Amino acid sequence: MKRSLRPLAATAAIFLIAYAVSVLQFPGMLSTRVLGNFLTDNAFLGITAVGMTFVIISGGIDLSVGAVIGFTGVLIAVLISWLGFHPLVAFAIALGVAALFGAAMGVTIHYLQVPSFIVTLAGMFLARGGASVITQDSVPVNHDFYSAISDLIIRLPGGGRLSFIGLLMVAVFLLGALLAHRTRFGSYVYALGGNPVSASLMGVPVARTTIQIYMLSSVLAALAGIVFSLYTSAGYPLAAVGVELDAISAVVIGGTLLTGGYGFVLGTFVGVMLLGLVQTYIIFDGTLSSWWTKIVIGVLLFLFIVLQRIIFAASAPGEESPEKV
Amino acid sequence: MKRLQLERLANPQLLALVAVLLINWLLFPNFFRITWQDGRLFGSVIDVLNRGAPVAILAVGMTAVIATKGVDLSVGAIMAVCGAVAATMVVAGYPTPVAVLAALCVGLVCGLWNGFLVAVLDIQPIVATLVLMVAGRGIAQLITEGSIVTFNEPSLIFIGTGSFLGFPMAAVIAVVLMILVTLLVRRTAIGLFIQAIGVNRAAASLAGIHSRMLLVLVYALSGFCAAIAGVIVAADIRGADANNSGLWLELDAILAVVIGGTSLLGGKFSIPLAVVGALIIQAMNTGILVSGFRPEFNLIVKAGMIILILMLQSPLVGTALGFFKRDSRQATPK
Repeated sequence: MKRSLRPLAATAAIFLIAYAVSVLQFPGMLSTRVLGNFLTDNAFLGITAVGMTFVIISGGIDLSVGAVIGFTGVLIAVLISWLGFHPLVAFAIALGVAALFGAAMGVTIHYLQVPSFIVTLAGMFLARGGASVITQDSVPVNHDFYSAISDLIIRLPGGGRLSFIGLLMVAVFLLGALLAHRTRFGSYVYALGGNPVSASLMGVPVARTTIQIYMLSSVLAALAGIVFSLYTSAGYPLAAVGVELDAISAVVIGGTLLTGGYGFVLGTFVGVMLLGLVQTYIIFDGTLSSWWTKIVIGVLLFLFIVLQRIIFAASAPGEESPEKV
Repeated sequence: MKRLQLERLANPQLLALVAVLLINWLLFPNFFRITWQDGRLFGSVIDVLNRGAPVAILAVGMTAVIATKGVDLSVGAIMAVCGAVAATMVVAGYPTPVAVLAALCVGLVCGLWNGFLVAVLDIQPIVATLVLMVAGRGIAQLITEGSIVTFNEPSLIFIGTGSFLGFPMAAVIAVVLMILVTLLVRRTAIGLFIQAIGVNRAAASLAGIHSRMLLVLVYALSGFCAAIAGVIVAADIRGADANNSGLWLELDAILAVVIGGTSLLGGKFSIPLAVVGALIIQAMNTGILVSGFRPEFNLIVKAGMIILILMLQSPLVGTALGFFKRDSRQATPK
């Protein structure tokens, strides 16, 4: 399974070097406060990226996650603020809806044999449209439970604070890593990404695994939507537009091979942190505009894709072009 | 590949377009009324042509890309970049032809970059074009320096809102582009080569097709089309909006191509039908607006449409309706 740890090492090294350079320039960045906010501010992206890692390792792609985050936020806000549900009940409903949604996408991808990106594109339209049909405005959530959650913080020396949602993201990453590397489902995902035909010949339940992968991705996206709702205390149908791109970028930067069959959940964590670092650096600098974030992410994405090509040039020789989309 | 004239007239895409237009007519009896005013045509149908033109132009390039089993996600971002280039150059005092030419060249360069990543570095198309999709809007904002650059240059505005023989300029450009590219791929062997690459790139290369060069050309064409669309959109609103110009239009373009019957598995494509697909999308869009529904329903209708088409295209249904979908299975590589 672990043919090479080099992409992971490269990502980690680049993160450390970039962080060191930033700290040299702005000593304030080496504080527990900044590090704690790294986790809090990127919690929803990180949780989404875990699901995306599984999808990409299996050789697919999920463009619907941003829309699922937006839909979940709206659904929760409406259930709590308009219909008076308890937040935990609303969360459970949202996760259930997302599981069904993901399962439907998985079924379509497997049984209709269509590229995952077009199916999840339809899913994206559906979720975004559904959210906008429920409401077009931002629905605020004022519930004691929400304030209780945001009060759940661990204070660190130096003024830093570990929030509940930041820790939740770390927990999701750890569970995701266990799921990928220590369970049968994880092995199936890698096998499917390596070669679906051999996987099915080896007895991997392709249909079940495909459906489970997209269910996992949608459920994690819904969890990210819950986190986003806790983070902003509101539901907005256009929330988290473009998060799917950030998540895919984080996964690629984290060393997961986009052709599938190879990757690390923990690498994605480093990828998310690297994206967070770029944003924090730009905020610290103050003179750079936020559009530099996009350019830097694009450049990083390009560098890592080329790096992957170089590292795996030996194992995938010749003219053979990647077949999966 | 080549069908009889009669069969071509009765194809599902044109029937769908007619059906959508008829539904619009039922909802909105004045839908087909066209008036002549100030030397140009006015009416809902003309509006569909005009508003559908950018997606139709994108669809021309996207069809070629999808026919090679690829996809170009960066067209929306390229539109933003090229619109920004044209607008800032006009504002800086360059004459319109120079500004437009520069924008088209930038689009071409963006396309060549995508082609380089896909053909030379052998990166999956969806990922290769993702790079520019993410970075492109940042670059566009860099060009416009974060603001919406507005201009009042009449010759540039003409490209977006002018009229030619009474028809909106954007629609005229789209039709001319469609005819030129269709002639290029159907009257030469290029179309056949593109299909060969889409079916099996390795085999096409072994058969002596310069698959690398052709792929680069196909992505360059897509970038070029995106540049045209970007200039039109910028000229239409008299400004370059780096954030919103062409936002999600790549998805509309892909949808138009898929509606046009081009197989996502590569090897089967039709440029005119992709343009019809773009018109279907726009006609639905207009229909939803004139019938008083909220524009958000559009997304749901589009999603429903994708699912319907996927079911029709799928090999599973194809086998069940063997006589009906014969040529789509032939394009399926497995």
